Amino acid sequence: MHHDFVDPVEGSLQRRLFLQRTACGLGTIALGDLLARDSQSAEKSIRPFRPLAPHGTPRARNVIFIFMAGAPSQLDLFDPKPGMKRLDGQPVPASFLDGLEDPLIKGSARVYASPRSFRRYGESGIEYSDYVSHLGGVADETCVVRSVYTDVANHHPAQLIMNCGTNRWGHPSFGAWVTWGLGNAADNMPGFVVLMSNSGHGIDGGASLWSSGFLPSIYRGTTFRSSGDSILHLANPEGVTGRAQADRLRVIADLNRIRQARTGDSEIAARMASYELAFRMQSAGPELLDFSRESASTHKLYGLDQDKTRWFGTNCLLARRMVERGVRFVQLYHSTWDDHSNLNANLKTNCDMTDLPAAGLIADLSQRGLLDDTLVIWGGEFGRTPMNEVRRSPAPGSEGRDHHRFAFSMLFCGGGIRRGTVVGRTDELGYHPVEDAIHVHDIQATLLHCLGFEHTRLTYRHSGRDFRLTDVGGEVVESMLA
Amino acid sequence: MVCRLILVGLLGTSPLLAAKPTVAEDVHWAYRRPTAAKPPALSGGHDSRNPIDCFVVERLRDLEIAPSPAADRPTLIRRVTLDLTGLLPEPAEVDRFLADERPGAWERVVDRLLASPHYGEHWAREWMDLSHYADSDGYLTDQLRPVAWRYRQWLVKQLNAGTPFDLLTVRQLAGDLVPNATIADRLGTGFLRQTLSNREGGADPEEFRVKQIVDRTEMLGAVWLGLTVGCARCHDHKYDRLSRAEFFGLYALLNAADEVNIYAPRAEEERPWLEAVEKYNRRRDKLLAPIAGPLRILQDRWEARLLEAGARPGREFLWDRRWEVLGLIWGGQLGEGQLEGQEIVKRDRQLRTRDEQDRLLLYFLSHGSLIDPAKFKQLKLGEVQSKLEKLRTEVPWPIRAQVMRQARVPRQAFLHERGDFRVRGPAIQAGVPFMLPPLAGTSRDRLALARWLVSDSHPLVARVTVNRMWQAFFGTGLVRTVDDFGVRGELPSHPVLLDWLASEFRDRGWSIKRMHRLIVTSGTYRQSSRQRPRLQRRDSGNRLLARQRALRFSAEVVRDTALQAAGLLCRHLEGPSVRPPQPESVTGEAYGNVWTESVGVDRYRRGLYTFVQRTTPFAQGTTFDAPSPGKTCTGRERSNTSLQALTLLNDPVFFECAQALAARTLAESRGGDVERLDRLVRRCLARRPAAEELQRLAVYLAAQRRLYSGSGEAAESAGRVAGSASRFAAPDEAAAWVSVASVVMNLHEFITRD
Repeated sequence: MHHDFVDPVEGSLQRRLFLQRTACGLGTIALGDLLARDSQSAEKSIRPFRPLAPHGTPRARNVIFIFMAGAPSQLDLFDPKPGMKRLDGQPVPASFLDGLEDPLIKGSARVYASPRSFRRYGESGIEYSDYVSHLGGVADETCVVRSVYTDVANHHPAQLIMNCGTNRWGHPSFGAWVTWGLGNAADNMPGFVVLMSNSGHGIDGGASLWSSGFLPSIYRGTTFRSSGDSILHLANPEGVTGRAQADRLRVIADLNRIRQARTGDSEIAARMASYELAFRMQSAGPELLDFSRESASTHKLYGLDQDKTRWFGTNCLLARRMVERGVRFVQLYHSTWDDHSNLNANLKTNCDMTDLPAAGLIADLSQRGLLDDTLVIWGGEFGRTPMNEVRRSPAPGSEGRDHHRFAFSMLFCGGGIRRGTVVGRTDELGYHPVEDAIHVHDIQATLLHCLGFEHTRLTYRHSGRDFRLTDVGGEVVESMLA
Repeated sequence: MVCRLILVGLLGTSPLLAAKPTVAEDVHWAYRRPTAAKPPALSGGHDSRNPIDCFVVERLRDLEIAPSPAADRPTLIRRVTLDLTGLLPEPAEVDRFLADERPGAWERVVDRLLASPHYGEHWAREWMDLSHYADSDGYLTDQLRPVAWRYRQWLVKQLNAGTPFDLLTVRQLAGDLVPNATIADRLGTGFLRQTLSNREGGADPEEFRVKQIVDRTEMLGAVWLGLTVGCARCHDHKYDRLSRAEFFGLYALLNAADEVNIYAPRAEEERPWLEAVEKYNRRRDKLLAPIAGPLRILQDRWEARLLEAGARPGREFLWDRRWEVLGLIWGGQLGEGQLEGQEIVKRDRQLRTRDEQDRLLLYFLSHGSLIDPAKFKQLKLGEVQSKLEKLRTEVPWPIRAQVMRQARVPRQAFLHERGDFRVRGPAIQAGVPFMLPPLAGTSRDRLALARWLVSDSHPLVARVTVNRMWQAFFGTGLVRTVDDFGVRGELPSHPVLLDWLASEFRDRGWSIKRMHRLIVTSGTYRQSSRQRPRLQRRDSGNRLLARQRALRFSAEVVRDTALQAAGLLCRHLEGPSVRPPQPESVTGEAYGNVWTESVGVDRYRRGLYTFVQRTTPFAQGTTFDAPSPGKTCTGRERSNTSLQALTLLNDPVFFECAQALAARTLAESRGGDVERLDRLVRRCLARRPAAEELQRLAVYLAAQRRLYSGSGEAAESAGRVAGSASRFAAPDEAAAWVSVASVVMNLHEFITRD
């Protein structure tokens, strides 16, 4: 075995030379030392996108996470509270406020009954508000969880909890964990892609939400641009032919490999992998971004034919096309749902942009049979208060809702999730869960379960400790599972 | 077991790094004054010319780990040139260092670099990250701030001049309050002017003013205190003993400052301006004389209505709006202090400066007709306005600058419930957190704050600052959480070294250059960055400093060095921001932004001069982890993505660099291929190519010649590939050299400082 002649200092160099001699193809071996710094597993360090052995039977292989940043109002979309009409304009009954210490919840505000109307959809008869009637149209595919809660009620920390399982910086995001665990089935696209849209304001959390944290940087989310060219500089420089580009990449790889042998710098391997992927993206990218072969009905389904829905719809269609091509994790961010005032109007703007395409995506995945192994998630970092918040003016219509971390709703469908069902129940104001309180870590544990991983076993050693997405919590929510 | 795991997780440290801060149990280590320990004496003939090495080596000895040998000279000069100036060493500089066999060769290189004007440019970028510098307001309308760059210029100058950190602190937080403040002192407060401004109709000016003060308070926390104070805005800090009242105490210290722009003439501007203004004043008075009386009465009525609306809103919607709009649009697209208009109106007419009167009059003439449209017409105020504006064009107004000024009317700060600007809790007295030493003296303003930060008794500031320096030179701070020295932050890997450095920093008169010199002349800094497998297994994060670390360049340095190697870089030091080329699809992204590409040498200025439009960040910057200009950044990410590869391979800007580098190589060297390849590689990597590399490049060169001289598609495009290089060789030959240049500029090593 080649290990036998490895001396402690020169070891990796010898081994690398050995592997190099036996390697074939552009850069297969370049990845040799990619993860050596963390010595997680020898296999993983040679092929970073080879999946880890699952702990159970995977039901899903891909994830599309539609993250609604800023916290959409569950009470006006998914969690109807007809009883609130009676209390509209009244102070919140003291019983709801007992023992609350959270500084963001204002005891003095008055109840604000939703101005929206709800109705039942599909065979399952689940209620959705008129603002999300299209999502109502796919109610039978969907599991609505109405009793999610989180730890903090500030945007960025709560976004971090939802995306990375902790509100501390520097931890891997859900997408990074999944790409690390499941690898990337696409050899010409990044395994974890981030797409953004907004109604006037970007996301508070920024790149920390798709970070690879302490995982190697190849698991970090790659952001495609939200308008214009999704991927910049896909085309060769003027005059450079495809063959010349391939030659160029080959010699770059060779020289990088020589350098790596000299320095032992594992980052060079990652750089080589980036270049290889870039080259493959150059051929695959234009085709991915070209919607001309999608039928007119598909364009319509995603709202590409309308100004309001085109931006978010384009991201949704891209998500489907990427999943078809093996991209593991597509994260859509739409911001901002942070409606402290003028909630009724602002909520409409965001729903007008996103409701139709999100429902179109689910329907399309379903009819193509992709929903069986794709998880779709819809939700924000927390919910909004049952009480009215008066920020700008007391005029009717300008009411808003404040941050609410104790109970909010999220939607799930696809790979392994129970269809047409509601999980959890909140009290008559939607203030607290009264049935099945589900922490964000429980959600994460459940989703990992669907992907074939036991959340306490999908760990990574860093700074002397095994870290996991669910931090020190999380339990699989059986009632969400098919 | 679980508990222990959590505990270790909180400390963020491995058993290997069982750093034991030597403080009493009850006070968090970072809140205690650093004590200057003597560097440990090393036995066994270890070369400890620099005390830093004593601390590092002692630790390694305990763990029986050998430090790495020094890197070779080419690596060293490239490393230190990049670290101190953000540029590559020129080939002649490398040669000189390699040939210098006298003692002190290294120190001579370091001193030359510390004296380079590019040193200030490189380190200004750090302060731009900390202050989140931008050339626009942010938010939806994202209007321009055409004089924001004066602060950047100031930074470059101060850093080059070696202004010590204490003075830099005082000038940036309170330059206007320094006794006999000069314009240069006041320019420093541009630091505080990098907060966002919302000029969108309907925004509440007070809401966004409060946001700015909160932002500044958080900046103060991250930059000087190393504390995430922001959490305490809404609730008592969960982990650090910082109450909401204490957060608002800091807030109150910054609350009484107003944004204002001043004339800050450059030397040559002053005389012509003052002369012209005198003439202008006479002609202006003459123009207004016939209507002076009625005009004054009309303007007084207008001001009275505005003041009324401002003091008691909710009565007349129209006037409420007028007051709000005055606050929103005043000085828009000029980056003027947003609330200055309201402040002038609030001020007695007799107390207003002539310039304030003038600018308010112009605003009144263009926005004030609501008060009495008939009278406006009768006095022909529209005509007066255009005449007055024409008169003003005859004055060569000197360039203005964004600064802070102490509020003329003291402004009481309140504790805002849940951080909400409208919910005023109890009045708050300005003050500093209880866990830290008290403010000296009786004054409670920004100057007192700045002096307190750099006072001898302050436990945090020196530590936090040297730690950030350490991060710049080693990739990671001694405390890895550079902006969090609180209870939730990580413990230092070398607590005694950190404290020693902090004490040295103060003892060396807060001199930044001296500290930089101290660090880069250490053996620890000069170690090879080569990875050692066994060491990797024990210390994957290099916390023990048994080697250097290879670090990818920052976004600006990636571009600057490509331009430099190509010979395109413009080394001009001054002036407004420039807009180098970038894809159209990027520039069209945000609301109403226009990106008019700069021409001539302005296309090739260093990255720090690139215009920062907050809603449309420069694409190459974003790709290489330039921070979002909306938030303080105390340390950049270094990602490694395929988008970076696409940029270096295909971005026309980088390909142009390859063409220019090829042109330069062909023009400068008349020798054969080997000599030219050698020259090209040395220019980019500061070292000679190894035989193996040379051979690979030669084979590639030959293949490219065949490709471009044949009869296929490639041959036809040879001229386009060759670009500027075709001035020095036939298209096929030139194109082959462009290919080689591009390859070298795409190597990992080219964008990495080893």
